[in-house]
Amino acid sequence: METIIFYILAAIIILFAVASVTSRKILRAVIYLLFVLIGIAGLYFLVDYNFLAAIQLTVYGGGIIVLFIFAVLLIHHVELELEKTALKKKLIAGALSAAGLAVTLWAISTYPFPETTATYTSIEVADIGRKLLSYEDGGFILPFEVISVLLVAVMIGAIVVAKGKKLSEDRSPKTEDGSEKLIENN
Amino acid sequence: MIAGISIYEILTLTSILFFIGIYGFFTRENLITVLMSVELILNASAVNFVLINTYLYPDLLQGAVFSIFIVALAAAETALAIAIIINLYKLIYSVEVKDTETMKY
Repeated sequence: METIIFYILAAIIILFAVASVTSRKILRAVIYLLFVLIGIAGLYFLVDYNFLAAIQLTVYGGGIIVLFIFAVLLIHHVELELEKTALKKKLIAGALSAAGLAVTLWAISTYPFPETTATYTSIEVADIGRKLLSYEDGGFILPFEVISVLLVAVMIGAIVVAKGKKLSEDRSPKTEDGSEKLIENN
Repeated sequence: MIAGISIYEILTLTSILFFIGIYGFFTRENLITVLMSVELILNASAVNFVLINTYLYPDLLQGAVFSIFIVALAAAETALAIAIIINLYKLIYSVEVKDTETMKY
């Protein structure tokens, strides 16, 4: 049963990933990406890692996809079709990706993965929480704090960057008394 | 661990997903779609972290914790990149890769 579900999820993930990178309608590409992310959340459910599956659904399905959709709607017309990529570029990119995939698959198939005797049950949220806040050997308190500082910095940075300055029609920076202030500061 | 599925099949799936992302990164000419390809790549690596952890080291948690960090980093990266893209659109009225010649504020 789990085997069948895994193959169905794998088919969904690969099909929609291909559709997402080849679709010429940008809003549809975003929705295909959403299906890929939901398929990956299904994989996490299959290995009983419910916490990350929930995070995947909320952060990706709920946050990042909405960000993408807003960016698309702010920038493009909904019906806009992307420019066709040149066939030569497609062929070169396809050949390079296929070559990289072949090398990776060869490396994977020849690598002897060690057999484990430990049995796997599931990853509990409580264990994750203790590991994240542990000061002992193998604890993750430092990366946890670094990530929180990073998220604050990114939030402030995103607000500052996105505010920006609107340009006038001739594409030169609009100077709303900015030039005079510059001289005063210097 | 998924019953009946070996680690080779899972690594094959994530490798294919990773290289689909690479293909999109090469061929797409719009910054938003390039960013979507980066999401695919990041997701493939996050799945690898979790599944290698559950298959090879079921008694440890390192891969599980690192996948959470990857999700946080991906969210941060996307938010900042979309802010930059919207700002760029205000500056040059385009988000095509070929028009992006300046990143000066």
